[in-house]
Amino acid sequence: MKVGLFIPCYMDQFYPQAAIATYKLLVKLGCDVAYPEGQTCCGQPLANAGNEAASRGSYLHFVTMFEKYDYIVAPSGSCVYHVRHHFDTLEQTEAVKKVRAKTLDLTEFLLDVLQISSLPAKYPHKVGLHQSCHGLRGLHLGTSSELVNKPLASKLHELLSMVEGLTLVELDRKDECCGFGGTFSVKEPDISVKMGKDRIRDHFSKGAEVITAGDMSCLMHLEGIISRQNIPIKVIHIAEILNTYEI
Amino acid sequence: MMPHAQKAAIFNKDEARTDWHDASLWMVRKKRDFAVSEIPEWEFLREFASDIKMHTLSKLDDYLESFEKAAIQNGAIVHWAADAKEHNDIVLSILNKHQAKKMVKSKSMLTEECHLNEFLEHHNIEVIDSDLGERIIQMLNEPPSHIVLPAIHLKKEEIGELFHRELHTEKGATDPQYLTEAARHHLREKFHTAQVALTGVNFGIAETGEIVVCTNEGNADMGVHLTPVQIHSMGIEKLIPRRSDLAVFTRLLARSATGQPVTVFTSHHRNPKPAGEMHIILVDNGRTEQLGKPDFRSSLKCIRCGACMNTCPIYRRSGGHSYETTIPGPIGSILTPGIDLKKHGQLPFASTLCGSCTDVCPVKIDIHTQLYKWRQIVSEAGLPEGGNKTMMSIMGSGLASPSFFHRLGNIGRKLLRLFPGKERFLSFTVWTKDRDLPKAPVESFREWYVKQTKDGQ
Repeated sequence: MKVGLFIPCYMDQFYPQAAIATYKLLVKLGCDVAYPEGQTCCGQPLANAGNEAASRGSYLHFVTMFEKYDYIVAPSGSCVYHVRHHFDTLEQTEAVKKVRAKTLDLTEFLLDVLQISSLPAKYPHKVGLHQSCHGLRGLHLGTSSELVNKPLASKLHELLSMVEGLTLVELDRKDECCGFGGTFSVKEPDISVKMGKDRIRDHFSKGAEVITAGDMSCLMHLEGIISRQNIPIKVIHIAEILNTYEI
Repeated sequence: MMPHAQKAAIFNKDEARTDWHDASLWMVRKKRDFAVSEIPEWEFLREFASDIKMHTLSKLDDYLESFEKAAIQNGAIVHWAADAKEHNDIVLSILNKHQAKKMVKSKSMLTEECHLNEFLEHHNIEVIDSDLGERIIQMLNEPPSHIVLPAIHLKKEEIGELFHRELHTEKGATDPQYLTEAARHHLREKFHTAQVALTGVNFGIAETGEIVVCTNEGNADMGVHLTPVQIHSMGIEKLIPRRSDLAVFTRLLARSATGQPVTVFTSHHRNPKPAGEMHIILVDNGRTEQLGKPDFRSSLKCIRCGACMNTCPIYRRSGGHSYETTIPGPIGSILTPGIDLKKHGQLPFASTLCGSCTDVCPVKIDIHTQLYKWRQIVSEAGLPEGGNKTMMSIMGSGLASPSFFHRLGNIGRKLLRLFPGKERFLSFTVWTKDRDLPKAPVESFREWYVKQTKDGQ
C-alpha cells in the first residue's frame, strides 16, 4: 500500500515537527510513505476567500501529484475536507474521483484503514481536545454536539484513549469553533481573537496543560493568542502525541 | 453601511457585555440540546421535515393554488403581493376600508422585512407590536436583534429603565415578573381598542387553507379574537401540503427555538368570525427568485426557529444588529445576498464555516455550504469582499507552481526568523494586533524530508 503524504503548506514551513511526527508514525505502522516534493497547496485559502476559480490550477496540480497513490494522508481535517468536498467543481475524471475518495485525515486513516486498536504511545499530561470543525462536522470524524446520536465520541477521542498516562479534561463547550476560519481570522480579527480567547479559557480553567487538535491551523491561531497573553498552556498536534514512542 | 467586522469590533469593546450576550444565547442552545436529546428519532424528523419542505418547494405553484382555493372556500379573502410595497398597500387598503386607525400586530418577521410599521405610521395608523420583546424594541425604535428573541440584546435593567420612562413603573425596578405585569396591563388596553389585528404565519396548510400561528404569549390570539378584522401576512414558502405534516414541524420548531417541547399556543385560523373578515396576504418579495437558484433554493425551507443564531459563535459575539438585515445570523447571511448582493455581500464572510448552523438546523439547510457558495458569487461580481481578482489569480497560479510556492514559503519563514517576536513591520498587522505569529523553525518539513531520504539512500 503506497501512501502519499500531504502536508499542508503552512505546516511545512511553520510546524515541521507535526509533519515529521505524522511521517514517522506512518512509517512505524508499516506504511510505504512518500512525500511528493512537488506538492503545493489544496487551494482552500483562495477558495474560502471566494476565489474558487483562481484555485483551479492548484486543484489540478494536487490531483497530478497524488493520483498514483493508494491513499493520500494528511494531518489536517480541514485540507482533506477541501479536497474531498470542494474538488467537485473539477471535471470528475477517474483521477479526480480517486484522489477525492482516497484522501484521508490521519486519524481516519489510522482507525478505518490501518484499523489500529492500540499504540504504545505515552503522554503523561492533562490534555484538552479541540475538535476542529472541518474534521468534526465536515468529515464526521466524530458526532457534533448538535446531533442526536450517542455516544458523543470521535476518532480523536478513540486514538487519545490509547495513549498511556494521558488524561482528557472535560470542557464546557466540547466543540465550539476556535475562531480561526482562514480568511475570517484577518477579515474579522476582533471576533476571531475573542473566540480563541474563550476556547483557551475553557481548556485552561479545566486544568489542561496542553491543547491538542487534528488541525494545526486552529492551534496556530490559539498559540498566537496564548503567546501574546503569556498563558501557561501549550499546543500540540495530535500526531505528535500519537508518535511518542520508539520501536 | 458599516462593515460587519467593524460593528462586531464595537460590540466587542465591552467584553463583559459580549460574554453576557454569548452566555445568554448559549443557554438557549443548551436548552435546545437537552430538549432534542429526549427525542430518539430527532435526526429522522429533521430529514422528514426537509423532505416535506423540498417537496413543497418543488410544486409550490400547485400548492399555492390549492391553498388559495381552500382558503376562499373557508370564507377568507386571499391577496397576492409580489413585493413589500404591494404587501403594505394591501394592508393599508384593508385598514382604510374599515376606517381603522389602530392595529395590533403579533410577531412577524415578514412585516419587518416589508418595513410595514414605518409605512403605516407614515399613513397615520398606530401599530402596536403585541409580543413583549417586540413591544420593548418598538418603544426603543430599534429593529429586532434576533428573530425569536427580538430583545435578547437588552438587559433587564435597561428594560426597567425604559418601562419607567414609558409605562411609569417604579424607578430601578428589574424584577421580570413585575415588568411583564406592567407590559401586560399596557397591552391589554391596546388589545381592547384596536380595530384590526395582523399576525405572522408559521405554517400555511395547502390542503385545508388554514394558517397556523405559534406563540408563547397568546398575543396573536388575543389580537385576532378581539378585533373583527384579521390579517395574516405569509411568505409563500410557509406552505406545507397537509395538516398531518404539521406534526413533524411542531415537534421541531419550539425545541429548536427555545428548548420547549412545543410553543404555548399553536393556533389554527381557518374561518373569519361571524360578521368579521379574514385576510391572507401571500407575499413573494424575492422568494421566487431565490427558488430559481439551485444552489440556494433550500434556504427557503427555513422555519424561522433561530437555532442557527443561538449556536453561531460569531452571532453570539457580535449581536444581531451587526448584520444590518431583518434576518441576522447564518440563515440571514444566505437569504439576504440574493436580495441585495452589494449591500449584503459581506455577510457570507462573517463566518468561520464551522458548520454548527448546518448541524443544528431542524430542516437540514446546508447553511455553511451556501455561505461558501455565496462567497464565490460575491467574488465573481467583483465586490471588494471577494478580494482583488488579479491578485487572487496571480496567487492561484503561484499555488499551482511548486518552484514559486516553495521559494515564497522559504522566504516567508526566513524573514520571520530574522525578526522573531516583532513581526508588525511585516504588515501582518491584522493578525498580530492581538496574536503572535508562529515561531519559524530552522528547516521546513520538505528540507528535513529531503535530507532524511538522502541519508537513507
